[in-house]
Amino acid sequence: MKYIDVEQVNKNMSPRIFKNNLAKSIFFVAAIFGLLVLITLIYRVFSDSIGWIDINFLMSKLSTDAERAGIFGAIMGTVWLMVVVAPVTIFLGVGTAIYLEEYAKKGRVRNIIQTNISNLAGVPSVVFGILGLTVFVRAMGLGNIILAGGLTMALLILPIVVVASQEAIRAVPQFLREASYGMGATKWQTIKNIVLPAAIPGISTGVILSLSRAIGETAPLVVIGIPALIIPIPDSVFDKFTIMPMQIYYWTIDSALVDEYANLAAATIVILLIILFLMNSIAIIIRNKFQKRF
Amino acid sequence: MDKESSSLNQYSSANAFKNADTGNNIVYDTQDLNLWYGQTHALKNIILPIYEQEVTAIIGPSGCGKSTYLKTLNRMVELVPGVRTSGTIKYRNKDILDKSFKVEELRTKVGMVFQKPNPFPKSIYDNIAYGPRIHGIRNKKVLDQIVEKSLRGAYIWDEVKDRLKENAYSLSGGQQQRICIARCLAIEPDVILMDEPTSALDPKSTLKVEELIEKLKKDYSIIIVTHNMQQAARISDKTAFFLNGEVIEYADTNFLFSTPKDKRTEDYITGRFG
Amino acid sequence: MGLKNNKEKINVRDMIEKNKNSFNLNSVTEKVIPYILLGIAAVSIITTIGIVFTLLSETISFFQAVPFWDFYTGTELKPLGDDAKFGILPLLTGTILSTLIAVAVAIPIGLMTAIFLSEYASEQLRKFLKPILEILAGIPTIVYGFFAFTFVTPLLRSFIPALDPTNILSPGLVMGIMIIPMVASLSEDAMSSVPNSMREGALALGATKLEVTFKVILPAAISGIIASFVLAISRAIGETMIVTIASGSNKAFSFNITESMQTMTAYIVEVTGGEAAAGTTLYYSLYAVAMTLFVFTLVMNLIAQYISRKFREEY
Ligand SMILES: Nc1ncnc2c1ncn2[C@@H]1O[C@H](COP(=O)(O)OP(=O)(O)OP(=O)(O)O)[C@@H](O)[C@H]1O
Ligand SMILES: [Mg+2]
Repeated sequence: MKYIDVEQVNKNMSPRIFKNNLAKSIFFVAAIFGLLVLITLIYRVFSDSIGWIDINFLMSKLSTDAERAGIFGAIMGTVWLMVVVAPVTIFLGVGTAIYLEEYAKKGRVRNIIQTNISNLAGVPSVVFGILGLTVFVRAMGLGNIILAGGLTMALLILPIVVVASQEAIRAVPQFLREASYGMGATKWQTIKNIVLPAAIPGISTGVILSLSRAIGETAPLVVIGIPALIIPIPDSVFDKFTIMPMQIYYWTIDSALVDEYANLAAATIVILLIILFLMNSIAIIIRNKFQKRF
Repeated sequence: MDKESSSLNQYSSANAFKNADTGNNIVYDTQDLNLWYGQTHALKNIILPIYEQEVTAIIGPSGCGKSTYLKTLNRMVELVPGVRTSGTIKYRNKDILDKSFKVEELRTKVGMVFQKPNPFPKSIYDNIAYGPRIHGIRNKKVLDQIVEKSLRGAYIWDEVKDRLKENAYSLSGGQQQRICIARCLAIEPDVILMDEPTSALDPKSTLKVEELIEKLKKDYSIIIVTHNMQQAARISDKTAFFLNGEVIEYADTNFLFSTPKDKRTEDYITGRFG
Repeated sequence: MGLKNNKEKINVRDMIEKNKNSFNLNSVTEKVIPYILLGIAAVSIITTIGIVFTLLSETISFFQAVPFWDFYTGTELKPLGDDAKFGILPLLTGTILSTLIAVAVAIPIGLMTAIFLSEYASEQLRKFLKPILEILAGIPTIVYGFFAFTFVTPLLRSFIPALDPTNILSPGLVMGIMIIPMVASLSEDAMSSVPNSMREGALALGATKLEVTFKVILPAAISGIIASFVLAISRAIGETMIVTIASGSNKAFSFNITESMQTMTAYIVEVTGGEAAAGTTLYYSLYAVAMTLFVFTLVMNLIAQYISRKFREEY
């Protein structure tokens, strides 16, 4: 007597296998869809920028004349912006992470801060722009200068830096802390001399990645009111400024009026993407180099 | 079991009794120590004297509280959240469990060597100089001297003298462990606690560390936790047998291994359980 | 060789003892540092309070000029001129439609990508595809905006002649592409944390991978997956530059996705870019819209957190 009708099973089997294979192909196409978009996007941007990127483009000031326009001011603006964002965000982000991981271990204060940070991470960047506009630009009277934009950006990427630093600090093995305490070191000595140095690779990876986010971020600075006008190259944090994404924005919307502006936008995008690519590569190199040291 | 018979009374060396009576040579005097990890009662009514310039071995099956006791001696156990203690541990006549006792001072005098070698991810030099530096010694020349002296003290100077700037993790496990011991010696502690210092090492490195311990005991009081009965017998002067958080027997090492008083000690050292 | 304790000139113990005075200084540091760090950590709280406070106070001023009910049911948005009208519905439809389009792209493709990566892909292929997704996630939104405006829209217009040069369809689609990596990686995390034993159990019974995926993996990972959808919606609602560039600023109340529509975020950009004078109703409307946006995304994030917390309890 047969409990299983082999023929019947086989008959059901082949459509099932067929379905599985079909699904697999569909899932595969979905998975490489991103790749296709990426290729299209990069091809598009590069082909639009061909002939537009040269030393003059990098070293010239803005101009309404597409042939003469350059992004030197925007590059310097981005550099100056980072001069504000990097120290502020490292100070606040790492400090918060140390507090959460080393001092506030388990407790209400920790829960409140931690929940707050994950909610802050979900606040749209344009809302941070409004905060910056209201507090830094208007209430504090700074105006739309680099300092105001930098502080706004620093708050925007703060949650990312905090979370990355927390992970880096958590990854420092407990036995190193024990070894330090065992020598009679105090808590702060242990953090300063052992935990932070060991966490630096992880922290720097996180900081670089979040700075690259800040470099590409546009909305908060539009809201703060970066002028669309041609302005002098900034040389202090109290100057007005423009940044690469802002130039891309203005040139893109104005490309409806002047065709060449689309090329300028594409050329600026290429420079921006190269910078981001370099920053991400550095972050990845640091991450790989210092993985598994203990 | 009553506490009396569990510890001191079985101790037979007349000389040591004299020391215990004068109180001079006792480094650690543990009285009625209890410790809880949350609900787990990990140490129960521990009474144990520890003497200067001796090696005291702590043996017992896994989970009996050896590490816990050792970590209580430098209050490292406090790093675990939810730990409670009762009783007293007098170190040089001062109760270290008293909250007013400065734990950093205690740990400066009581060095610790861990089961797994745990050098800092820094140069060999910086590893050794760590202790002196955090205690305010900054002078380069003095630090150089301390580093050399400590590495010599741990009998590893000749092996590493040409590579002091290299990362400590470039050394072998056995060398790392001796670096950790040297790191300990750099602040000239009074007592050294060692928690299974050789269990992560190969036989050759183990032998080196054991030799080192023998030499160190001239200058330091050493308390060593070990699973290795031969090791305890070889290097220790006194042995305490722990079981389920209690001290079952404490005696001269020779005495305890040759004529254990308690049946459970005998079972353990003859390998019938644990 | 031997210990040279006594012969050496230096005595570390004494030196440490001498330095103990500076230890007192140390213990002051030791006491002060936690408070300093708490102060630093409080900045993130202050930021949140700052956001809520600024939005709320100006929004209240707004509702003194424009009744709450009129604002949320008004289909007319004419912020300038003498007969200015402030109804948020045109912005809401813009936001909701662009989000729906984005989600319609991101959820199926993201989820299928996640399934492929978690259940089908070889280790090599995973190692190749995951960085691609990371790169996609790292491209600034302004670049996507450029892509939508100068490439996707013209491309779509060659199929759909009725499509306006600025419309909500194209930025919606591009926003969807932008969110794919997020849906894919969060869903994949949820799926890979399903214990392997469950997978193997079903496979051993002769089920195909497809059946295992739909009958075992997806049900087990469902809360994580849904959380990723909710977060994706929140991202789409808050996305600014793509829609600002590619959807124009038409404030008509409409459901026609081939037309220009303004989202809440794009409205904020337009109004701030126009340097609205403080104190005008137009200026306050900025905050009322931002407040609405903030509440929308906050609620979405809280829902996602709630779902994924429940999800974590399951294992
Ligand atoms: N951090 C901790 N939290 C809770 N309980 C703990 C902790 N550490 C140890 N214990 C418990 O305390 C008891 C004693 O542990 P301890 O580590 O001191 O044992 P041990 O004798 O050193 O064992 P081993 O030989 O395996 O190292 C055990 O029951 C253990 O489960
Ligand atoms: Mg142990």
